[in-house]
Amino acid sequence: MYAIRRWSSRHARGLERLYKATRPGILSGLRLVTRLFGKRLDRPITATERLLKGALFDCQMCGDCVLSKTGMTCPMNCPKGIRNGPCGGVRANGMCEVKPDMRCVWVDAWNGAAKMEDGDAIKDIEFAVDHSRVGQSSWLRLARDE
Amino acid sequence: MSDDLDFVEEFGVNPGDPLVQRPGHVSHGRFERVLRAGHFAVTTEIAPPDSVDPDEVLARAKLFDGYVDAINATDGSGANCHMSSLGVCAILTRAGYSPIIQFSCRDRNRIAMQGDLLGAAALGVCSVLCLTGDDVGAGDHPEAKPVFDLDSISLLQTTKILRDESRFLSGRPLDAAPRLFVGASINPFVPPLENRVDQLAKKIRAGAEFIQSQYCFDIDQLKRFMARACDMGLHEQAYILVGVGVLGSAKTAKWLRSNVPGVHIPDAIINRLEGARNQKAEGRRIAVELMQQIKETPGVAGAHLMAYRHEEWVGEIVKQSGVLGDRKPWAPEPLDSTIGVVTPLEEVVDSITGTDS
Repeated sequence: MYAIRRWSSRHARGLERLYKATRPGILSGLRLVTRLFGKRLDRPITATERLLKGALFDCQMCGDCVLSKTGMTCPMNCPKGIRNGPCGGVRANGMCEVKPDMRCVWVDAWNGAAKMEDGDAIKDIEFAVDHSRVGQSSWLRLARDE
Repeated sequence: MSDDLDFVEEFGVNPGDPLVQRPGHVSHGRFERVLRAGHFAVTTEIAPPDSVDPDEVLARAKLFDGYVDAINATDGSGANCHMSSLGVCAILTRAGYSPIIQFSCRDRNRIAMQGDLLGAAALGVCSVLCLTGDDVGAGDHPEAKPVFDLDSISLLQTTKILRDESRFLSGRPLDAAPRLFVGASINPFVPPLENRVDQLAKKIRAGAEFIQSQYCFDIDQLKRFMARACDMGLHEQAYILVGVGVLGSAKTAKWLRSNVPGVHIPDAIINRLEGARNQKAEGRRIAVELMQQIKETPGVAGAHLMAYRHEEWVGEIVKQSGVLGDRKPWAPEPLDSTIGVVTPLEEVVDSITGTDS
């Protein structure tokens, strides 16, 4: 939901702390699940991720989560899907050029990042989304890649 | 380098023949030469026709002869349908012009984009401006599917990979890599203002070698932006050209401000137009003054004059602004009729090509 998503951007610092505190636990849990059950629990895990991140960030399940680098603001809500925003069309009041009733996702992202300890990560270049991963769980990928 | 050979390169039998790539250059284009030689460059924009007639493209380009160093061919700007930027550029390069092809991510995925980058380079295009692009809702086909497979920064990286690593994104090697001078756009005049310099830095890190900005009607804002860019040394990492717009009337200015996303026009400019007896002439005077003020702004390497629907004013505005000094940019026909007959002196060639390196 729009209001919750904006709340998350405003509270990027707190969410970053929560993320840092829970990340090792979640990832080792997922590794354990993978060892015990293989890929059999992938669907419920993916559904949980979708539900949780969907509620907090309007997550679009791009399969390549960058929330912790973009001020706890999901860039996939940008109508142009820009991963390195903002574009040059932002309105003078900070609203989106395509959706005038929506705050520019990247204005929120830069504001959120400014509050975060590791906010400078927003300056990293992110290559465009790998479309073959759309809909997949970023958590599982992180757990299995690392 | 042999002067005689250089001469043949510049005014060869076929004006579309490629120039020699100079040491330290990434392309063999004239636009890169002008910038690297340290000149204040002037670029403009050509409106692609709704037609298949190449003469229409050439007639539009001819308006700029002797006044600009490169011509941007827009890529369905404002999400409206016109002749493709690739088509326009192919016509222009054949006549010897130095076009900057605009590449928008709106209409093509990464397969098509990479293919077209190779195609453009094969057709003699030496400079590319990487853009994310306007949303389809802004144009005359709002029912079209917006692609946006890449964004401008990913496109910059893609172009660099093709050129410097001589491979596709997939890793498959190219037999010959495109030699392209790579550019990006910036808009220092809209939110988030405090992060716009970071965005510029990001584009330069992704591979931008030249930058063309959105319309600048607010010199104070530009100065603040450029001061920060210079503090970060960005003006030494890319050539920054600032956009200049030509306003036909106060009414147009107001319309642009409220209907075209990303256009920032201060009230002072609108008041000035409203108070003028001849608003058209005042619009041109504003453009001339902006060109001069932009040239004085530290860190700026050139101006990008966008005179949509007023293309015939480009020459006059450039001339009146005096930003080119004594330099006369290249034009298809030798400006001096003796050129091509006698053995040229180096300074004559340089004054016409605008490159004395």
